[in-house]
Amino acid sequence: MKRYQAQIALLAALLISFMVSQFSGRMNDYYLDIVLTAGISVILAVSLNLVNGHTGQFSLGHAGFMAVGAYGAAVVSLQLGPQLATILGSSGTGEGVAFLIALVTGGLAAALCGWIVGVPSLRLRGDYLAIVTLGFNEIIRVVLQNTTPDGVFGGALGLGGIPASTSIFWAFGAAAICIYVVTTMIGSTWGRGFLAVRDDEIAAGSMGINTTRYKVTAFVVGAFFAGVGGGLYAHQKGAINPEGFNFLKSVDVVVMVILGGMGSTVGVILAAIVLTVLNEYLRDFEQYRMIIFSLLLIVMMIVRPQGLLPATLFQKKGRTA
Amino acid sequence: MLDRLLSRAALPLSLSFALFLTGCGKEASTDIVIGEVASLTGGTAAWGKAQNEGVKMAVEEINAAGGILGKKVKLITEDDQSKNGEAATVTKKLVSRENVVALIGEIASSKSLEMAPICQKASVPMISPGSTNPKVTEVGDFIFRVCFIDPFQGTVMAKFALSKGWKKMAVMTDVKQDYSVGLTQFFKEHFTKNGGTLAVEQSFSTGDKDFKAQLTAIKAAGVDAIFVPGYYAEVGLIASQARELGINAPMCGGDGWDDASLIQVAGKAVEGCYFSNHFSTEDKSEAIQGFVKKYQSLKNENPSTFVALGYDSTMLLFDAMKKAGSTDGKAVRDVLARTKDFPGITGNITLDEKRNATKSAVILTIKDGQIVYVETVKP
Amino acid sequence: MEQFLQQLLNGLFLGSIYALIALGYTMVYGVLRFINFAHGDVFMLGAFSGLYLNKWLGPALAPFHWSLSLTVILVLSMALCAALGILIEFLAYRPLRNRPRLNVLITAIGVSLLIEYTGQLVFGATQQPFPALIPADNIALTGNLAVTNTQMIVFVTVVVLLVALRYIVMSTRMGLAMRALSLNPTASALMGVNNSVVISFTFGLGSALAAAGGILYASLYPSVEPFMGIIPGLKAFIAAVLGGIGNIPGAALGGLIIGVTETLVGGYSSAIGLPTGYKDGVAFVILILILLFKPSGLLGKTEREKV
Repeated sequence: MKRYQAQIALLAALLISFMVSQFSGRMNDYYLDIVLTAGISVILAVSLNLVNGHTGQFSLGHAGFMAVGAYGAAVVSLQLGPQLATILGSSGTGEGVAFLIALVTGGLAAALCGWIVGVPSLRLRGDYLAIVTLGFNEIIRVVLQNTTPDGVFGGALGLGGIPASTSIFWAFGAAAICIYVVTTMIGSTWGRGFLAVRDDEIAAGSMGINTTRYKVTAFVVGAFFAGVGGGLYAHQKGAINPEGFNFLKSVDVVVMVILGGMGSTVGVILAAIVLTVLNEYLRDFEQYRMIIFSLLLIVMMIVRPQGLLPATLFQKKGRTA
Repeated sequence: MLDRLLSRAALPLSLSFALFLTGCGKEASTDIVIGEVASLTGGTAAWGKAQNEGVKMAVEEINAAGGILGKKVKLITEDDQSKNGEAATVTKKLVSRENVVALIGEIASSKSLEMAPICQKASVPMISPGSTNPKVTEVGDFIFRVCFIDPFQGTVMAKFALSKGWKKMAVMTDVKQDYSVGLTQFFKEHFTKNGGTLAVEQSFSTGDKDFKAQLTAIKAAGVDAIFVPGYYAEVGLIASQARELGINAPMCGGDGWDDASLIQVAGKAVEGCYFSNHFSTEDKSEAIQGFVKKYQSLKNENPSTFVALGYDSTMLLFDAMKKAGSTDGKAVRDVLARTKDFPGITGNITLDEKRNATKSAVILTIKDGQIVYVETVKP
Repeated sequence: MEQFLQQLLNGLFLGSIYALIALGYTMVYGVLRFINFAHGDVFMLGAFSGLYLNKWLGPALAPFHWSLSLTVILVLSMALCAALGILIEFLAYRPLRNRPRLNVLITAIGVSLLIEYTGQLVFGATQQPFPALIPADNIALTGNLAVTNTQMIVFVTVVVLLVALRYIVMSTRMGLAMRALSLNPTASALMGVNNSVVISFTFGLGSALAAAGGILYASLYPSVEPFMGIIPGLKAFIAAVLGGIGNIPGAALGGLIIGVTETLVGGYSSAIGLPTGYKDGVAFVILILILLFKPSGLLGKTEREKV
């Protein structure tokens, strides 16, 4: 049984989120929104952690991938929704399959972009890579903004009227799959290569590790889940807009990863949830809210720079994770 | 591996959720609670704060006059931080946690588009003070607005430009604002259909400061006038830089121009330029003068258009509640939908079957550093 | 042709401002190897301190020539922001000196947000007109080319500051210490360099440059608001990376390249059938293209990593 622990945990997580989802109708819409936001944040943070934390490539363009996924999924739902409904039927399962198609399309589109960005990452390091990914993020935004207002992407106004399909099942189901994929990937013998690339690229290369392949894989997988997260976000908010995916959104996700502890999946999950909830608490402070938030950020970095739950906490002696 | 991770994580996770849920108590209230969504911080805080001033003024007035239906009105304003995505969350908070009976907001159409489906689903009437994109009220029959929409304002300015004898024009659109893109679209449609030509179409983005590249291209084309449907922050700089480059053609634009800082920044550069607006502070009518004076005594400046629109949307809502005799969403909606000639600061508001306000626009010009009324254009 | 020359001039002036802001990024990066995200916000504070200093000192300085009052305000704001920069470094960055750079980056983001939102609280959200410290006057060159004296003065000031900076870094003891620290902090400490003093000095100098940039920028584009630093900060950052971050002439070159291309694309894209809004993305496209072929920027040195 021990061999299948991760798989069992994944199944359990899917089952639980499905069951909880059945009762979410009784939940206050506001709390439901926060819970969904937390779930989506977890997806974004865990997927960015694969790139930034595990593989050591500094990406500042996660919101760009999110935008591609959000627009991809929204366009599928808005443009192909009726056709999909006639093919798949308008039953709960039919709608579910249609939403799955939308999410996966968004994710794949983002993954393709991840591949495109991943290739220059072969040559660039550190801050240079950071600025290129940030640039990619801004280019996506500018291109979306300059589409025609009546076109498929809606120009500066963005897209509205996206069906509110995101439920606890979808958000946390996707989060569970994302966590499962990332942790099993990193935990596998093959996946040790990611950590090797992070710890010392040159040494890893000279040990016969194909560093290129690991870096591109990290970008593609990270982007795929960011895209899925974006798709969920679009179907949660009902309306999306290019401005919503500017580089400050990327910064938000980076903050989650570093606050949680780079390379620590549990820490990052925790940070994503804590930041989402903290955001709601701080609402009451109105004008002072962002001032308090920024002060917390600074103090946190000074007193606990390794993050809330650093990766070293989970290491067994004599084994690096 | 995963179970170890999960068991370690379970405690802090459940703790944080528990902590969160216990924090959410709710006090009972006998007041009528209305909600407002505005961008009080962040990039578009200037408009959001203006809207908020207008709404607050209306609420204070109504409470001073004894409230409505024998109850006081309580206003809960939520800040969306000028961020997309936040508007949806705070709307849900207002609707399902604070149980507001109606909502005022937002100015940016993209944020109103986030709010509208939530209000529609919850049967809570929502009145947008300043979202001019037609798509906003198309969401459903609980969504109203008190401002005119892009097609109307774009057409008004096109008609006005033609009446001034401008045949060859340039346009500078703010591609970050759907409002600006919309105005350009409808301006262009009407202007070119009726004999005008748009010689140059240029664009910029909110937050830009340097417009010389675009203006140099416009200068080379030699036009009668330039249509700049942007917001005052950029318009002021565009005007000054145009004059520096030696472009003397007049400029015209929409209600986004209306802010005292436009003239402070641009000075002489906007002299002789025109823009359409919802109302004129010069209007002699008693209601408008009363409103302007009261605002001046509070804030020591002239109310901008968003103050007036915020005020009007709130007053319209109160009026509907009074007429409906209840605060029930459906009842208020039905009264709102029948709104005819409601005397607002920004003109007599009549809502059409698409829940858009049909009302006249005023054209203003800048003369000797003052905003001066030119004419009224009826729908 | 005339239009093209005018566009080149426009680009040159825009680029010189980007260059000035980029210098601050590059210097801090050169010494500390970290991106000071708050640089654009110090730039904003520089503009606001110019605004308020003019409000307070304006009447006293009124009898004198405008060049004197400009110099006084410029120097005072630079000193003020230099002090602030040193304070920020001392409070927020120094405790993190030997920690991973990403932590410092997050702290910098925190400082940036703190300055922006405190600014919004203190200065208000609405734009404010910036006083004409340089009386507006059009200098016409030949024919129809339009250049204002503000533009010329700004350009000259940028060049002077650039040369002064080059002198400080290349020909003074402090500059030598800065370069030593940049090469190897441990070794420079062993050679008797007081690293803390050098770092404080670098921050002060960078912030003073940002303040100067803020005032000059606000003189060219006379409206100031709390978020005005974000976009120029980002563009200047790109310029710094483009030129090879840590390299002073590189930052100047990068600034000019970004300024000129952005202007040309803005001016001509509609002529070749591109949406003019793509102008915003151009800086990034150039950046990506250049970095693809020259991964350490135009003038940056390729560092060989040893195992």
